[in-house]
Amino acid sequence: MFAEFLQFLFSGITVGAIYALVGLGFAIIYNASHVINFAQGEFVMLGGMNTVFFISVGMPMPVAMLLAVVVTIFIGLALEKFAIEPARDASIVTLIIITIGASIFLRGAAQVIWGRNFHSLKPISGNDPVMIGGAAVLPQSLWVLGCTIVIVIALMFFFNRTLVGKAIVASAHNPLAARLVGINPRFIMLLSFGLSAMLGGIAGILIAPISLAYPGVGIMLGLKGFCAAILGGLGNPMGAIIAGLIVGISEAVTAGYISSAYKDAVAFIIILGVLFFKPSGLFGVRGTERV
Amino acid sequence: MLLATSNLSCHYGRIQALRDIDITVNEGELVALVGANGAGKTTLLRTISGIEPASGGSVQFDGNDITMASSDNRVKMGIVQVPEGRQIFGPMSVEDNLMLGGYTRTPAERTETLEQAYEMFPVLKMRRTSPAGTLSGGQQQMLAMSRALMARPRLLLLDEPSMGLAPLLVDEIFATVKKLRESGTTIFLVEQNAYMALAIADRGYVLEAGGIVLADTGPTLLANDKVKEAYLGI
Repeated sequence: MFAEFLQFLFSGITVGAIYALVGLGFAIIYNASHVINFAQGEFVMLGGMNTVFFISVGMPMPVAMLLAVVVTIFIGLALEKFAIEPARDASIVTLIIITIGASIFLRGAAQVIWGRNFHSLKPISGNDPVMIGGAAVLPQSLWVLGCTIVIVIALMFFFNRTLVGKAIVASAHNPLAARLVGINPRFIMLLSFGLSAMLGGIAGILIAPISLAYPGVGIMLGLKGFCAAILGGLGNPMGAIIAGLIVGISEAVTAGYISSAYKDAVAFIIILGVLFFKPSGLFGVRGTERV
Repeated sequence: MLLATSNLSCHYGRIQALRDIDITVNEGELVALVGANGAGKTTLLRTISGIEPASGGSVQFDGNDITMASSDNRVKMGIVQVPEGRQIFGPMSVEDNLMLGGYTRTPAERTETLEQAYEMFPVLKMRRTSPAGTLSGGQQQMLAMSRALMARPRLLLLDEPSMGLAPLLVDEIFATVKKLRESGTTIFLVEQNAYMALAIADRGYVLEAGGIVLADTGPTLLANDKVKEAYLGI
């Protein structure tokens, strides 16, 4: 009984950690620009697909992973430079629609280049489960968790201890004052997209052995990451992490105790619940739009 | 001439906020700009800082045309503004606010200027780990000014430094402005408190409905009947 619950909990935390990383990506770009980047899920797809591709051309796994993250970062930077920046005087809604267009474009490009097939990626350290309290945990789950923790700590260090990180935070709090101390808002935007693409790419590599890699993998992961971002309070990085875990665990528990057919519905019920009852999210401080 | 604008205009959409502004600020001077609410004082400062684009005319700084320069490049050149309403980074610590003020400077310069700022305003050192938003209004103004000084300005633009402060604090802020001028900083001061601003200024301009209507030395403007009537309430 308890072992069963533990089993659901572990699989929920694993997928929740991925949602958390995706949600963090949403939060970072939202803070820099108030744009909700709907291409965030495609960054996840690109991380997985590129790794599969680089391994298929004969590269060792670690090199393939590193390259995949680098390529994803460059695509994120290119998205900002060539699609968002030229339209930076447009309204936020326009920019959001551009990101939706970009996500469709990236998905289509992936289908053209790599085909529509599903690809599997070998787990980083094998498939033999580890038994924890009667629950079987895949080593990949431990990798997902470990990497997420490392990334979150690294990000906290970046935002709280480095001047560039503080500049991003400052730009989110007060864009005018940030410009007046000499922070270049375009650089901050570019950096945010690069950072979010990196998070998405890493999440995509980590989840690929569990979810498979295919051009459409980013749709659901992106939407659930978005769900985590708004449940945690848009623009609140810590909230996004906690909310990501909440979404992941609710999903796994629903799949386990009710039916896996309802698994995907959970995230959307949560979105509806947040919008109806607490639009600012669990940890959001602002109830109204900043102008 | 450190700063000169010629025929400078600025539009918000189709509404003209500034027209044909010609002002100069010389090295080491304290120049005041006074005018009523809505005259365009803040717009002028924002145009000089590169926040609002000019719709006509030019801005020269140190002999270079900077009309098209970005706001961050202007800070690097030494045009630094203390904005209206202080605009500190509220949730961040006092020290983080100051360090960000020196964003365009080298780490060594930042550490050095930080020491000077703490020497000038010991209260900021005492509160350096507190969130800046928890400081009192006067302290926040001191923080905003120190943050600007962290960028090592060659020209300091002050937008309504006395706004919303108690009279005693207003005196203190003006004393600080005078001290900065004496230490050699060039200052362009925008104020609604025309009397205090003109009293410490070398020269002054009067802005009305987006245009300069009077320009003279500080004391002469103070004695001007029109200024007295319109801004000093005498």
